Amino acid sequence: MNEKIKARVMDSRKIKRVLERITTEIIERNRDLKNLVIIGIRTRGIYIGKRISKLIKNAENIDIPVGVLDITLYRDDFSELEAQHMVKKTEIDFSVTDKDVLLVDDVLFTGRTIRAAMDSLIDLGRPKTIQLLVLIDRGHRELPIKADYVGKYLPTSRREIVHVKLKEIDNKDEVLITEPSSLE
Amino acid sequence: MSFKHKHLLGIQALSASDILTILETAESFLEISAREVKKVPTLRGKTIVNLFFEPSTRTRSSFELAAKRLSADIINFSNQTSSVSKGESLKDTVLSLEAMNTDAIIVRHSYAGAPHFISTFCRSHIINAGDGAHEHPTQALLDAFTIKQEKAKFKNLKVVIVGDILHSRVARSNIFLLSKMGAKVVCVGPPAFLPIEFQQFGTQIDYNLDRAIEGADVIMTLRIQLERQQKNSFPSIREYRNIYGLTEERFRKAKKDAIIMHPGPINRGVEISSDLADSLQSIILKQVENGVAVRMAILYLLLGGKDRETSD
Repeated sequence: MNEKIKARVMDSRKIKRVLERITTEIIERNRDLKNLVIIGIRTRGIYIGKRISKLIKNAENIDIPVGVLDITLYRDDFSELEAQHMVKKTEIDFSVTDKDVLLVDDVLFTGRTIRAAMDSLIDLGRPKTIQLLVLIDRGHRELPIKADYVGKYLPTSRREIVHVKLKEIDNKDEVLITEPSSLE
Repeated sequence: MSFKHKHLLGIQALSASDILTILETAESFLEISAREVKKVPTLRGKTIVNLFFEPSTRTRSSFELAAKRLSADIINFSNQTSSVSKGESLKDTVLSLEAMNTDAIIVRHSYAGAPHFISTFCRSHIINAGDGAHEHPTQALLDAFTIKQEKAKFKNLKVVIVGDILHSRVARSNIFLLSKMGAKVVCVGPPAFLPIEFQQFGTQIDYNLDRAIEGADVIMTLRIQLERQQKNSFPSIREYRNIYGLTEERFRKAKKDAIIMHPGPINRGVEISSDLADSLQSIILKQVENGVAVRMAILYLLLGGKDRETSD
């Protein structure tokens, strides 16, 4: 499928600044930072989570562990998909029970991924609180879910696609809005 | 990467990339069995039947746990307690089970080809859990998964399979799988259990274990299936043990880091010495543990996504 780029809404500098601002918010809100753990949702949530952990380390000299969550097995559209999604590993080598869990994803859209992630987390233990961090909130929620920390609100149409690219896997940091081109 | 098959009837129908997809998926399922709550909701609402016409503990309970950890409902059906003992035909048995809206049927039968036959008239996904002396694909897949865990690759591994190759569906499925993945398979056993025709599967044949075991990376011992033996097919258990049993002395001829496998149940002191079966190089229990993750992966890959039309 061909996609046409409509706008480049964030570059590496903007992403960096936004993550620094969010880090300050996290530190302000979580008095007991030592009780905080970060869970990144595959794939790009992992890298955003790791960056946040590093920023907190720089600011407060506290190590925040980062776990990896794969939500494939908790999807609600399991039987509607054309083919099964490949299941990847969930790698959380610490207990989430009684922790303040910071769930991290790149884009918040319908909210269904977050619903799946919360169900999955609760099967792993009983967190004290769950907070949600997203780099982009593009609207169009289908479930009553709201992020605690948002990098940028981005009004979009449903047709549009938001691409978050991160250096760790995409070789550069940027956020693009694209649209599938109507021409075949 | 995707998996397009509707049924799992044998290894022969799978490509090397299908096999890798299953093994990689299983990798992600391992962690679930280590959790405190060993359950994910993925197959909620799916109904699976364990249809076993032959006795089994390991395979049946492994499938049952795999289904339950994926939140599917599973019922067990064995011929001793069913209308089969009243003379019902296989087809009628399956059709009446399927009338209760099953999604998958796991079949073990003493006749080769029974799962394939069932798949010709069934809507459900069919999984072969062992058919006669034909195939036992999930055993071969869990063996491959365990080998990959230990050795990281298949290419050029020397795998020696020892025992009653002729009557073993485990051996057949393993031969198919390991040769597809590029391993070097050597079959060893008494001539009556190892017809020369097995060479057509691309394996080497040897009647001398002491020679074949040299430089082996993996030694897979098979159970002498006392219940399947014709009288007089071999002179005595003692003679079998002397010539083909895996002993400490023989094992020393394999590579230093060689591993020992066995699909179970073991006849201790026959095909393998009791001490070796419990040794550090024996990964027999690892195989059982991995079996659940591999079967979860198979159920996930077959039952996931929209219904598929492909017939094998």
